[in-house]
Amino acid sequence: MIIKGKSWKFGNDVDTDAIIPARYLNTSDPKELARHVMEDADKDFSSKVKSGDIIIAGKNFGCGSSREHAPIAIKAAGIQAVIAKSFARIFYRNSFNIGLPIFESEEASEKIKEGDEIEIDADNGIIKNLSRGETYNANPIPPFMQELIAAGGLVEWTKRKLSRKNGQPS
Amino acid sequence: MTITEKILAAHSGKKKVDAGELINTRVDLILANDITAPIAIHEFKKIGARDVFDKNRIVFIPDHFAPQKDIKAAEQCKLLKEFSKEYNLSLYFEVGRMGIEHALLPEQGLVVPGDMIIGADSHTCTYGALGAFSTGVGSTDVAAAMATGECWFKVPESMKCIYYGKLNKWVGGKDLILHTIGDIGVDGALYMAMEFEGEAIKNLPMYGRLTMCNMAIEAGGKSGIIVPDGITRKYVKGRAKREYTFYKSDKRSRYVEVREYDCSKIPLTVSCPHLPSNTKPAAELNKVAIDQVVIGSCTNGRLEDLREAAQIIKGKKVNPNVRMIVIPATQQIYKQAIKEKLVDIFIDAEAVVSTPTCGPCLGGHMGILAKGERALATTNRNFVGRMGHPESEVYLSNPAVAAASAVLGRIGTPEELGL
Repeated sequence: MIIKGKSWKFGNDVDTDAIIPARYLNTSDPKELARHVMEDADKDFSSKVKSGDIIIAGKNFGCGSSREHAPIAIKAAGIQAVIAKSFARIFYRNSFNIGLPIFESEEASEKIKEGDEIEIDADNGIIKNLSRGETYNANPIPPFMQELIAAGGLVEWTKRKLSRKNGQPS
Repeated sequence: MTITEKILAAHSGKKKVDAGELINTRVDLILANDITAPIAIHEFKKIGARDVFDKNRIVFIPDHFAPQKDIKAAEQCKLLKEFSKEYNLSLYFEVGRMGIEHALLPEQGLVVPGDMIIGADSHTCTYGALGAFSTGVGSTDVAAAMATGECWFKVPESMKCIYYGKLNKWVGGKDLILHTIGDIGVDGALYMAMEFEGEAIKNLPMYGRLTMCNMAIEAGGKSGIIVPDGITRKYVKGRAKREYTFYKSDKRSRYVEVREYDCSKIPLTVSCPHLPSNTKPAAELNKVAIDQVVIGSCTNGRLEDLREAAQIIKGKKVNPNVRMIVIPATQQIYKQAIKEKLVDIFIDAEAVVSTPTCGPCLGGHMGILAKGERALATTNRNFVGRMGHPESEVYLSNPAVAAASAVLGRIGTPEELGL
């Protein structure tokens, strides 16, 4: 899979309250959540971001709460992928579970500037900065996570597992 | 093996597990609340399982925006109630029976030592205080586990934090954990199991242990855990609804990091905006005026926390510039607080006492901050906008500091009140 888009930069320790403030969690409608994505980090973000864009962040992206609304809001806003130096663990799990592509790359996190055009070769973990003519490597995605991606997320993966258990073809 | 590895091995049918290994484990209890369960229910239906794996091991607690704060929140809570009815779940807690999830489950003996617990709430790590492995996951994880009774995990590395010596006056579990987060940072224990031990932990009552493990997530930890002992035994005796197992770490267990703390050097500690790791001694913040004090939450809403706050504020008044909100974490705590006249003390001090709810901790309801307002709270997070307006501020402390500050109208210590 090739992901291509314009980048938006954020700093370190972007928490889930910044990604989707709890005051909007009285719904789990993805469209409504998308309207407030990243609001407490940049209040105009949802009006600036375009479908296909990519978020670039520093370390510990998605720290704080377990709310799956965070990757859901990002995905529903049309953001194709998140690249960060590192991810908080529940956000990491949630992203793979719901099928939001995320990539860990210290180099990409540091060198990409806001507005750069980025192309990600998801299968090989290669990030190209088309604006600067640079190439960075993403940390390899663990085999199990690749299995989840191939299945189309945890729900589909679990469906297959259950049907195998029940002796039905998947 | 460490206690964490032993619990994970026992739940994955293995004799031994190693850090970094990917395993599929059986779960003893699954938890979700009114924010996270609606997505879990939606995803569970997509899986198409015929039934839940065990109707007695799934806990649904509407506690975040409950008592239902608005129509949308009511709709979310209703989903939990309907699903619980449809699948005949025995552990659904309606308002009136509910409490803040991480205070309620240990109190009711629904989580026990040696358990493997997942919850769609990041503070699920609280139950490590009982010697259980418990960790926060997402709603889809909960959906899958409701169908299969299993969850996938990477066995975490363990990090040990040792606390030597005796605690200073009014210093408790909250100060130890804030100090630790201040030391290692909000990702200092990323993906790791934090194991707390040492003389101070040995003497730390269960409520302080629950507070410490509760905030392991604030250091990025996968879990916090304390090897069970006599205090644990006494706590679970008469409460535990299931059989339990005490695990302990082997002497030769592997830790990626060991941090040692001299408790005589740990002061009353406050986290300043906007990260829990931004800690300072409370005594250095005596120029910070406050508009609101919140005493409650899954971190510090237990009976002993209320007793501590009451002890400080007894016979005094909340500063005229401050509103003080006290939230007992469960109905049982609330009732006991009435019986012990703690509620009288708070009301006489002109504080307000609320029914159990997570409410203001996550900026939901029951004490939201306006633009430019500042709160000191015994809660767990002080991110931008956490308790209300994005331009409001939250400071975090223990209940004694919070109560003293409510009287002073600014951040301060019990010593300043001659206590």
